[in-house]
Amino acid sequence: MTSFFLFVLLMLAALILVYLYRVAQGPTVFDRVLGLNGISTKSILMLIVIGVVYDRVDMFVDIATGYALLNLAGALAIAKYLEQRGAV
Amino acid sequence: MTFAFEIPLLVLLILTAASAMLVKDLVSSVFILGSYSFFLALVWAWLGAVDVAFVEAVVGAGLATVLFLLTLFGTNPKDTRLRRPPTPWAAIVGLPLLGLLLMYGANGLPEFGDPASPASTHVSPVYLANSLKDTLTPNVVTSVLMDYRSFDTLIETAVIFTAGVACALLLRRDQG
Repeated sequence: MTSFFLFVLLMLAALILVYLYRVAQGPTVFDRVLGLNGISTKSILMLIVIGVVYDRVDMFVDIATGYALLNLAGALAIAKYLEQRGAV
Repeated sequence: MTFAFEIPLLVLLILTAASAMLVKDLVSSVFILGSYSFFLALVWAWLGAVDVAFVEAVVGAGLATVLFLLTLFGTNPKDTRLRRPPTPWAAIVGLPLLGLLLMYGANGLPEFGDPASPASTHVSPVYLANSLKDTLTPNVVTSVLMDYRSFDTLIETAVIFTAGVACALLLRRDQG
């Protein structure tokens, strides 16, 4: 069972690579923001899977919730920045 | 089992760090640094240091991104484009050599989670044996932070408060 979850983790890491290409290469800022949001979502999933691997899901779910809230705050700050500066 | 997932995480860390330095404008660099902090937090969580992971996520991915963006608010748009001088040859040759030296030195470190390592045998048993008797606190980490090292924690708090006040003063705009 652990090797299955390890496989899931590796697949999520491979997915993140795709997002990372968009963040680093993205022609517009909006591509980068969307890529960053995707990376954050995958990181939250990875955290929960790591919790499953370590058999401490309860604690890792709390941390994943914290991540998600922070992600929201960061996305709001970015949106505010783009609103003030106009579409870059 | 531990090893199979560390390598992709570390590769992602290096990729994000490199691309944060290589992109052309500061806004993208800030975004990529945010994802770098996410990966660093995942590495901490994977190594079992969940509290450090949480601090890294809060400070690195959340607070630092917001602070960088607030700084960019007050910056002229033409200043956020970067003009980099070419990398000197000494760095291209020297930094990989330094990395090799560090990897050579890492061979001498104890195994991850080794109970016989100096860090686990030197002072930790003293804390584990005496903390409940000395401080009447069931959580050892709390007793070390808040009792044995309370002056350290107090002055750290003063430093963070000062930094917060300085940030608030610097970022205050449009008033007086």
